Amino acid sequence: MTPLSVTIEGARLTYGGVLLFSGLTLDLPAGRTTCLLGPSGVGKTTLLRILAGLAEPESPTMVRTGDGAPLAGRIAYMAQQDLLLPWMTVLENVLLGDRLRRSRPDAARVDRARVLLSDVGLSGREHERPAALSGGQRQRVALARTLMEDKPLVLMDEPFSALDALTRLRLQETAAGMLAGRTVLMVTHDPLEALRIGDRLHVMTGRPAAMGPALEPAGSVPRRVDDPGLLALQAELLRRLAE
Amino acid sequence: MNAVLRAAVTALVLVGAWQALVSVTGLPRYLLPGPLAVADAIQRQAPLLLSHGLTTLTEILAGLAAGVALGSASALALARFRTARRWLMPLLVVSQAIPVFALAPLLVLWLGYGMASKIAMAVLVIYFPVTTALFDGLRRTEPGWLDLARTMGASPAAILWTIRLPAALPAFWSGVRVAAAVAPIGAVIGEWVGSSSGLGYLMLHANARMQIDLLFAAVLVLGLFAVGLYAAVDALARRALPWQSDTQPAEDAIP
Repeated sequence: MTPLSVTIEGARLTYGGVLLFSGLTLDLPAGRTTCLLGPSGVGKTTLLRILAGLAEPESPTMVRTGDGAPLAGRIAYMAQQDLLLPWMTVLENVLLGDRLRRSRPDAARVDRARVLLSDVGLSGREHERPAALSGGQRQRVALARTLMEDKPLVLMDEPFSALDALTRLRLQETAAGMLAGRTVLMVTHDPLEALRIGDRLHVMTGRPAAMGPALEPAGSVPRRVDDPGLLALQAELLRRLAE
Repeated sequence: MNAVLRAAVTALVLVGAWQALVSVTGLPRYLLPGPLAVADAIQRQAPLLLSHGLTTLTEILAGLAAGVALGSASALALARFRTARRWLMPLLVVSQAIPVFALAPLLVLWLGYGMASKIAMAVLVIYFPVTTALFDGLRRTEPGWLDLARTMGASPAAILWTIRLPAALPAFWSGVRVAAAVAPIGAVIGEWVGSSSGLGYLMLHANARMQIDLLFAAVLVLGLFAVGLYAAVDALARRALPWQSDTQPAEDAIP
């Protein structure tokens, strides 16, 4: 599938009578991973939910796509919780989208699910229930489920923030490899995470919030944690976040 | 010492105390028969207890099946259709303000002295706990699951069957457990109001003839049904929900 570029323009959000942002623009270039950073309550998750079709956009918010067609049905969503269904096996969870769309997965789809599970390092665990897996493994299944959807735009809302530091680093590496070449929007609190796997980083701060200019770290993802350039940028990001 | 043994010891002590009370005070048999007298009645009247017990058991099981089916269907309809919620919910709640037992004479008038009126009575007492338990379960689906399903392009019906219903099964089975506990009450009350067979009928009959030992025997049989039914439902629930682990420790930690 050819990568899709998406733009949200003139985004406006009021919550409980308070204006959180207005006239906000966010570009998601085709085939790149865009990270959105910002303090809690700034409205970045809502922005992601508008793109996901989970929140009603306030007028005059506009979502434009590179090919002009609507975005509905063309996104895959991954949340902070793994959202695995406890009564289904790992494999059934990966194939959940097919089941919900009432299309019986054929052999090719099942094979694809198995390949994705082995890509995230879980081959041989297909028939276990989520309860038998660790938090990191469960989030790996969620990643496989997200990629199983095979949609032009991947939306991730703090996908690794519930994991411990080491598990998070490993999963970032897996995710960066598997998401390469796709259009991705990832909302995160963690500057280091954004620097490791993001092609373009935006910091959203203030009330009403403004979208900072894109920061494009050098090098290819996943970047090394001990890269000195990365650490300098992390300091810069923390400074922008604190503004 | 295991739980069964402990329960048996407790029961034995209570039965012993009961026999001692009867032996010491010399209460007449028509007021309080001792456990030995009750055991004797069970032995003598076994065929009678069996045939009346069978009637009551049939009523309980039929009532349970019909009540659970009706309750589940109502809960699903309420969860699926907004119109159903808006028009039926208030009625459902208000209908519970009417003590269903007060309807027993009417049911006998309409459905006759046979099993139908008792089954209807059992259905009436089972219907509400099952409906509310399942409907509550269906309403409390993890919001994240619903978000995920919506981004996957699922229809409301697909979400109901694939996510909301399985997620509500633990709540549903709590409702069925309550239903199993109240079903015998419904059947026996129906029998009290008007019938020619069943344990409720036997109780009234024995009471009128001062056969209190037989009355106790009938109560005992009914108690056995209730315990057996509950255990069966509990075992079924555990089989149906293998992914749901008990968070309550098997052995209470508090001494």
